[in-house]
Amino acid sequence: MTESTSAEQVGSSRVKRGLAEMLKGGVIMDVVTAAQARIAEDAGAVAVMALERVPADIRSQGGVARMSDPDLIDSIIAEVNIPVMAKARIGHFVEAQILEVLGVDYIDESEVLSPADYMNHIDKWNFTIPFVCGATNLGEALRRINEGAAMIRSKGEAGTGDVSEATKHIRTINGEIKRLTSMSRDELYVAAKELQAPYELVAEIASTGKLPVVLFTAGGVATPADAAMMMQLGADGVFVGSGIFKSGNPEQRAAAIVKAVTFYDDAKVIADVSRGLGEAMVGINVSDIAEPHRLATRGW
Amino acid sequence: MGARPAETAVPAGLRVGVLALQGDFREHAQVLRELGAEVSLVRRPEELDQIDGLVIPGGESSVMDKLARTFGLAEPLSAAIRGGLPVYGTCAGLIMLADTILDGMNGQQGLGGLDIVVRRNAFGSQTASFETDLDIPVLGDKPVHAAFIRAPVVETVGPRASALATLADGRCVAVEQGNLLGTSFHPEITGEYRFHQYFLQKLVAAAR
Repeated sequence: MTESTSAEQVGSSRVKRGLAEMLKGGVIMDVVTAAQARIAEDAGAVAVMALERVPADIRSQGGVARMSDPDLIDSIIAEVNIPVMAKARIGHFVEAQILEVLGVDYIDESEVLSPADYMNHIDKWNFTIPFVCGATNLGEALRRINEGAAMIRSKGEAGTGDVSEATKHIRTINGEIKRLTSMSRDELYVAAKELQAPYELVAEIASTGKLPVVLFTAGGVATPADAAMMMQLGADGVFVGSGIFKSGNPEQRAAAIVKAVTFYDDAKVIADVSRGLGEAMVGINVSDIAEPHRLATRGW
Repeated sequence: MGARPAETAVPAGLRVGVLALQGDFREHAQVLRELGAEVSLVRRPEELDQIDGLVIPGGESSVMDKLARTFGLAEPLSAAIRGGLPVYGTCAGLIMLADTILDGMNGQQGLGGLDIVVRRNAFGSQTASFETDLDIPVLGDKPVHAAFIRAPVVETVGPRASALATLADGRCVAVEQGNLLGTSFHPEITGEYRFHQYFLQKLVAAAR
């Protein structure tokens, strides 16, 4: 046995994307207090997402939604052992700098908060900490990856408890990937132009048949069945926001969603864990929300 | 990815399980298949009966521990390990195999088997995650390129276990003990096949 001699390299794409690989098959839960973070960890969350208000409250209270207070983030980091993620506004690179020094494990550049820049997203290559970004389609996912995102979550309509938008976007992304795999090279040039994404990334996906980063899904997931459906549609894992702590029995619902994600293809297990969970979050139908008030359309 | 080595001679009928409760189990399954092994994913106790060895992947050890207990897998798996089942654990898998876990979750017990004390998430937050090269003579002269992601370290190697690799600062990051093998890092994501080959050799020898 000998000692290693070479230097250690931090912040590489491999370790950034690698952490997301380790979260696969898991549930990442939104929490607004250390007490909620404790419940999430005890229920089997693979990571927690620290934010000031869950999307359902951002939606009902309105106003500008920003990065959380550093004290809140510190208290959540101190409370749990699992990875802690936190949200920065789209384009707000200083919020991201703050989250990096706070010792968060992943930054979500999120449309759930009010965008800080309507032209540019954060240049994520500049950071040692990895980023996850939302996407409604493949072109948007590839633009985020090109900016340095190490993980993608398909967007749903956050804070509604209505899973239909999440379904639409994961189907869209996976459908567009499938289409690329059947194209010849001359067609891929056109596809790259139409997707508004770099040709190299488009060509890579055409040959591998998958994104070069992990793909979770988010937005509107409220039940174990919702989560299992996202997994059957090809998600690597699930974010649950308002669905847990806006429900009648957060502890039990959170644990049930975790089990449903592991046994996503076993209807008997999903049926068992779906029993007696109490009230799900009340929910808003996405079709009742006027277009300008939809969060998924933020980001481009 | 590195150059793929030749397939290991795994006799037909031998089957390697990959614990598929959570984590990067598909990456392990892929590496094992490329090495010529028959692979099945393991989530239920009855699936343990069909395997000749098991890989426990990277992921969140506390979640795997909880699910293994809830679905009745932890006890039979612990018993199988005590009975000599070859098992290779990476990162979270190493934690699961440790006899003693430091900085674990409330009630986190693991499966045990390796006579070591392991510290969970020993390097700090994700910004401290890193890649480096390790010299591991048992795998040959070419250094192992290793990715450490919120990784554990082996703080104490007990008398029944032996260290296979250390970092420059002397901390132990790979161990073996009989049919058990554990690494703090993730060969399955760096195109490194030698650990899986080494494990398959243990598995083949144990099946004889």
